[in-house]
Amino acid sequence: MTGALSAAGLLPDVAGHFGRYGGRFMPEALVPALDELDAEYRHAQADEAFQAEFSRLLRDYAGTPSMLYDATRLSDAVGARILLKREDLNHTGAHKVRNVLGQALLTVRMGKPRVIAETGAGQHGVAAATACALFGLECVVYMGEEDTRRQALNVARMKMLGAEVIPVSSGSRTLKDAMNEALRDWVTNVATTHYMIGTAAGPHPFPAMVRDFARGIGVEARAQCLALAGRLPDAVCACVGGGSNAIGIFHAFIPDESVRLYGFEAGGDGVETGRHAASISGDGGVGVLHGARTYLLQDEDGQTRESHSISAGLDYPGVGPEHAWLADTGRAVYQPVTDAEAMAAFERLCRTEGIIPAIESAHALAGALRIAPTLGTDPVILVNLSGRGDKDVQTAGRFFGFLGEHA
Amino acid sequence: MSVAPAFEKAKADGRGVLIGCMPAGFPTVPGSIAAMRAMVESGVDVVEVEFPYSDPVMDGPVIQRASEIALAGGVRTRDVLHAIEAAAQAGAPVILMTYWNPIERYGVDRFARDLAAAGGAGLITPDLIPDEAQEWLAAADRYGLDRVFLAAPSSTDARLAGAAAASRGFVYAASIMGVTGTREQVSASAPRLVARLREVTDLPIGVGLGVRDSTQAAAVAGYADGVIVGTALIRCLLDAADEASGLDALRRLATDLAAGVRHPQRS
Repeated sequence: MTGALSAAGLLPDVAGHFGRYGGRFMPEALVPALDELDAEYRHAQADEAFQAEFSRLLRDYAGTPSMLYDATRLSDAVGARILLKREDLNHTGAHKVRNVLGQALLTVRMGKPRVIAETGAGQHGVAAATACALFGLECVVYMGEEDTRRQALNVARMKMLGAEVIPVSSGSRTLKDAMNEALRDWVTNVATTHYMIGTAAGPHPFPAMVRDFARGIGVEARAQCLALAGRLPDAVCACVGGGSNAIGIFHAFIPDESVRLYGFEAGGDGVETGRHAASISGDGGVGVLHGARTYLLQDEDGQTRESHSISAGLDYPGVGPEHAWLADTGRAVYQPVTDAEAMAAFERLCRTEGIIPAIESAHALAGALRIAPTLGTDPVILVNLSGRGDKDVQTAGRFFGFLGEHA
Repeated sequence: MSVAPAFEKAKADGRGVLIGCMPAGFPTVPGSIAAMRAMVESGVDVVEVEFPYSDPVMDGPVIQRASEIALAGGVRTRDVLHAIEAAAQAGAPVILMTYWNPIERYGVDRFARDLAAAGGAGLITPDLIPDEAQEWLAAADRYGLDRVFLAAPSSTDARLAGAAAASRGFVYAASIMGVTGTREQVSASAPRLVARLREVTDLPIGVGLGVRDSTQAAAVAGYADGVIVGTALIRCLLDAADEASGLDALRRLATDLAAGVRHPQRS
């Protein structure tokens, strides 16, 4: 019932609530911009010309629908049929291109010449810079100072694409602080600027809007699975940081009660160590961060705690509000996957299938391998391979000892 | 103790109310209490205690830095309540400016109860809009607390009316589009925002974001009921070589600002 409501587009409510989650916890100064965005988005949803243009870009520019790949060598070793949704083959190397193309189209419709974005590892920053180059929009990307050093190649990519990259030196100097700084820019420049949030989080309408731009992943995968396997999958697995790739692949399956949905959060060193990014499945609790009520990592007094993960893309102390709601209703199950488990799955996919996944996506794969024995005989498991691992070669190379610490 | 009597008295005296901000726990808990007392002794009418928060998205570098220092010093919610209680004993109403999550974590009703017990007047909530505030509105009613919502130049007339209707004590006019403490002066949009608010409310209106000296304070007091100063006061302590010289600088600036609001410049 609850799932059907969501799938029918009835969730969130008009104010952006998924049950008790979501909403708008934002400065009043930004509310008119959020209202404008919400109205523009609603018009665009109903506008055939917008949808046709979005579809054309997804097909001709981004390279979707992405393939569904029957990973037979991996499957043989696991005792489950693993189907990989190859979002890693999209232009810019991840599912994120879907969201930025949608938001760039909206930015143009709103007549705003400038885009700001936050980025952790740089994947959303690169995607945003790409979309802005394509549409001739000015692009400013906020990135934690710490991350600009760890991800110097992505900084260079963004600059090549014409974006300005601003290192953020406040707070913990990572993704959450980049988001704080982007919000400060937005409240100052909101008349000319669209804030292109990179995940299905933040104030309404972002969680629903980003979900809808990404939900093609699940729509495609559902049809592809039916065609390839002749039936729906037993389980759908995705990694969850903010949660855009996960909600993107889950959403079309929510009404399919036989399909189990699994979100795998970054367990870092293990949730028991406190060094992790598992907002739902760790020791977070419900609160308000970056515009929405959701699960987040916080201390006893409601101060945000720093997150930890080998995967920069999952290294965020909050999570999109729809995931909080799916977790509470039990429609989706969230579990932590440690750095070590993710890297073991990373290596396994490299060696069995010749595919180097993003470390984020390796969390989804590790989770799939974990749950496979619980799904009965010959289960079909759909895994969202949300991004490719080119960006992670340095991190993984060090982890496996192929590169020195200073490489 | 509501802030309302402070506004009524100032109005009767033909002057503006000076609202001075200080983060609890900055530079230490006792240091922040000393600063709040110094502000009251120097003519600040209402103390706005800031709740240090890990993600202050509405604040510029000065308040961010002060908040970081307070948090690094280990300030806790109970310390914030303690600072409010101590400042209230200095004789001026004390109102708390807070991002929402620390209140939600403590429990909205429980916090309202403890704030009232500490002698706090109420809350200013920069990231809580009336649309999401049902629980707080009820708790504020239960404990007789002021609730101050923000109005912005970008707000529609309907939203200004909504913010004013939900507010008690005064309405906070965030006079420029931006974060705290980053502009040289209050923008020209401030008088216009205040005029728009006057159309929809009889509540006093406080103007914040950008006031640094008595001239600006006098100018703002010419059209608004309250002049809110944060960054400039906090900078006195942040830039000082030691606590004593910081308090001296703070007293000098507060005295100067207090003179400003006593000579409103009506244009």
